[in-house]
Amino acid sequence: MRREPLRVAGAEDVGPYRLLRLERGSLDPGAPGQFFMLSPPGRLLPRPMSLCLAPRGELAFLIDPIGPGTRALAAAEPGERVGVLGPLGNGFRLDVAQPLLVGGGIGVAPFPYVSRALGSPPAILGFRSEWHAEAAALLPHAEVVVEPTYVTELMPSGHDVLACGPEPMLRAVARLAPSAQLAWEAPMACGYGACYGCAVEIDGRLERLCVQGPVLEAATCSC
Amino acid sequence: MLLLNASGCLDALVAPEVARSLDAFVTKTVTPLPRQGNPPVRIAEADHGMLNSIGLANPGIDRFLAEALPRLAELGVPVWVSVGGFAAGDYASTCAALDGLNEVSAVELNVSCPNVESPAEGAAEIVRAARASTSKTLYAKLSPAVPDVAAVALAAAEAGADGLTLVNTIRGLALDERTLRPVLSTASGGYSGPALRPIALAAVLAAYRATGLPIVGVGGVETGRHALELIACGASSVALGTVLFADPGSPERVRGELAAETAALGLSNPLDARGIALSGGLASLPGLAKYAD
Repeated sequence: MRREPLRVAGAEDVGPYRLLRLERGSLDPGAPGQFFMLSPPGRLLPRPMSLCLAPRGELAFLIDPIGPGTRALAAAEPGERVGVLGPLGNGFRLDVAQPLLVGGGIGVAPFPYVSRALGSPPAILGFRSEWHAEAAALLPHAEVVVEPTYVTELMPSGHDVLACGPEPMLRAVARLAPSAQLAWEAPMACGYGACYGCAVEIDGRLERLCVQGPVLEAATCSC
Repeated sequence: MLLLNASGCLDALVAPEVARSLDAFVTKTVTPLPRQGNPPVRIAEADHGMLNSIGLANPGIDRFLAEALPRLAELGVPVWVSVGGFAAGDYASTCAALDGLNEVSAVELNVSCPNVESPAEGAAEIVRAARASTSKTLYAKLSPAVPDVAAVALAAAEAGADGLTLVNTIRGLALDERTLRPVLSTASGGYSGPALRPIALAAVLAAYRATGLPIVGVGGVETGRHALELIACGASSVALGTVLFADPGSPERVRGELAAETAALGLSNPLDARGIALSGGLASLPGLAKYAD
């Protein structure tokens, strides 16, 4: 298990977000829904990011610059190095008959890579503003809603839902689709089971999200 | 000189290759009964360090012995068991359960967790109770947040500790930058990382001077140089904590850097420099008079 310093190949703004492209080095892109720990320049702790895209020779991550770590990642310049550990966690089960991708806000991040693996299944993305909704360009075939409309208002029944987004959205998705696969997030210091920081309630017990997830069956979560 | 992990900073069963890169693995603190730990949010980055408030989450001694210890023993790395509790009797009963188990190389008494209610008894009384319950090598992990670290270290030594681990985290707090609410669910938590380095150096030096016992130095170590500084203050072993989170390859790297530092000084063993901060620094060593000023 080794953190690899990857060179920044480039970065582009996508609405309020930043798509950070890193040279892949020897790292494997992993399974869709898995995540990587990215060490922001000048910060102590790495930040967990799911893989957004895996262009040839690169790993691309969608960053929402909302805190000191994500702002430092978003500001990384081409040629600069970012320490990367991964892939980590379990990823989505892809052996589903009728996949439907449901993403909210920065929760769109894993779905471009997921969508390629599943052959571009139907997708619904929700955002808080038209500016945020510019990120839907990463998943061109998706239906897009902007608040006050919510993704759950468009969700058809009978699909195998794969969802990622803010907690209230995941809870609402779980109520409509109890068999949904939900990608959660939690503060993590390590991403590989060492820090016990990312505790979430699974089947009534506090468990490490990085070890048990980040993708959990809706029925097992405290939804 | 052993290179260890700080208790609670590595799960050897999830990351066995990281544990194998250490000279011994220190478990997360085990208590008599299972503990879920504190509710999230449990960690936060802070200026010059991080905060944690895990709250001694662990399966309890019975499940630890039945499920975890046999698997840890298979890793081929010596196992130190960190023992915690809420009264001296808790420590004594857990130590008694570990006594006689060949899989356990040493016991570290966590008498200084900042995230749970402290035992009413002081460190010395806990060490005394544990000492009476086990013949295992016994280390006492002490807090630097006391008026006189040397006095606590000496009391632990007189109570029967074979060694000391210094330092545990110290209590700190971080606020959410937008809401100005505490980030952690428990408001305050244990502060670790680079900010602990000078605190650890001072505590190790004081404890070494007072007791001369073997000491595991821990606190903000990120490089071989940092490890050498702890040794110069009196550490006989070094443990890595927060650095493991960002860099699971840090044991191998720190070991290599320490070897390079030692070789550059012409020393055959890093422990040749043990305690030299108290006796004139490098210039006190044979052939290193050039470091006199």
